[in-house]
Amino acid sequence: MNSQDAFLEKLRAGDSVAFAQLVEANQRNVYNLALRMLNDPQEAEDVLQETFLSAYKALPGFEGRSSLSTWLYRIASNASLMRLRKKRPETTSIDEPLEMEEGESLPRQFVDWSSVPEDELLNGESRRMMDEAVAELPEGLRIVFVLRDIEGLSTQEAGEVLELSEAAVKTRLHRARLALREKLSAYFAERL
Amino acid sequence: MPSEMCKNLLSQLSEYLDGELEAAFCTEIERHMAGCPDCRAVVNTMEKTIELYRIASNASRSEVPADVQDRLFKVLKIDAPTHGE
Repeated sequence: MNSQDAFLEKLRAGDSVAFAQLVEANQRNVYNLALRMLNDPQEAEDVLQETFLSAYKALPGFEGRSSLSTWLYRIASNASLMRLRKKRPETTSIDEPLEMEEGESLPRQFVDWSSVPEDELLNGESRRMMDEAVAELPEGLRIVFVLRDIEGLSTQEAGEVLELSEAAVKTRLHRARLALREKLSAYFAERL
Repeated sequence: MPSEMCKNLLSQLSEYLDGELEAAFCTEIERHMAGCPDCRAVVNTMEKTIELYRIASNASRSEVPADVQDRLFKVLKIDAPTHGE
C-alpha cells in the first residue's frame, strides 16, 4: 500500500488527524473558490464549513475515482451554486446547455492595449473592475472560468468537478473569456 | 464585417491560446492575423486578459483568515494539525 492509499484508508476510517491534514491542505482552495463565486466572506465561510462537514460524512464511501482535491472542489462548487440558485431561483442550471445568442461571440472592442505594461494595467481600480467583471458572468460560465483560469485546474479536472464533458468546459471557458475581454477592452480603451 | 476566417479564428481562439490546436491550423491563424489588424487585436487582448487574471489571482489569493480557520476546526470538532518547531 503506498502512502496515498494509506492516507485514504485513514480518512475512510474516520481518523481525525488525517482529516485535519486534509482540511489544512485544501481549505484555501475551497475558501477562494467560494469567495470568487459568492463575493461574500460570510457566505464563503459557510461554504467552507459545509464542504468539510459533507466531506467528512461522505469519506467512508469515497471511491477515489477522482483526486481528493477535485472531489472537494466538486462539493464546494455544488454548495456555492446551490446558494446562488436560492438567491435567484430563475438562473440557469450548470447542467443545462447555455445557448449562444446571435452575435454574442462577435467582438466589439478592437483597441489593442496588450502592450501596455502590467503595472499600469493592474492598479487598484482596474483590479476591482476585473473582479466585478467576473462577478457579472452568468454562474455557469463563472464557475468554469474560476476553476480553469483562476484556480488553475485542467480542462479534464474542471469537467470532473462539474460533471461536464471536456467540450462543454472548453465552450464555457471560451465564452467567459470573450465576455471578460470585451469588458477589460472597453475599460482600458477609455483610459489608456 | 468579419470574414468567415475571422469567425473561424474567433471560435477557436481559446484553444489556440491554450496550445490545443494542430500546428497546421495555428499557421493558418497566424497568416490571417498578419493581414487582419482587428483579429490581431482580439487575439492579443484575449491573451493579455487571461494573463492579467492569472497574475491578479496569484497575488490576491486569500489565505483563510485565522478566525475563519479556528471556527472551521471547531465546527468539525477536530484539532488543527500541529507543526514541529
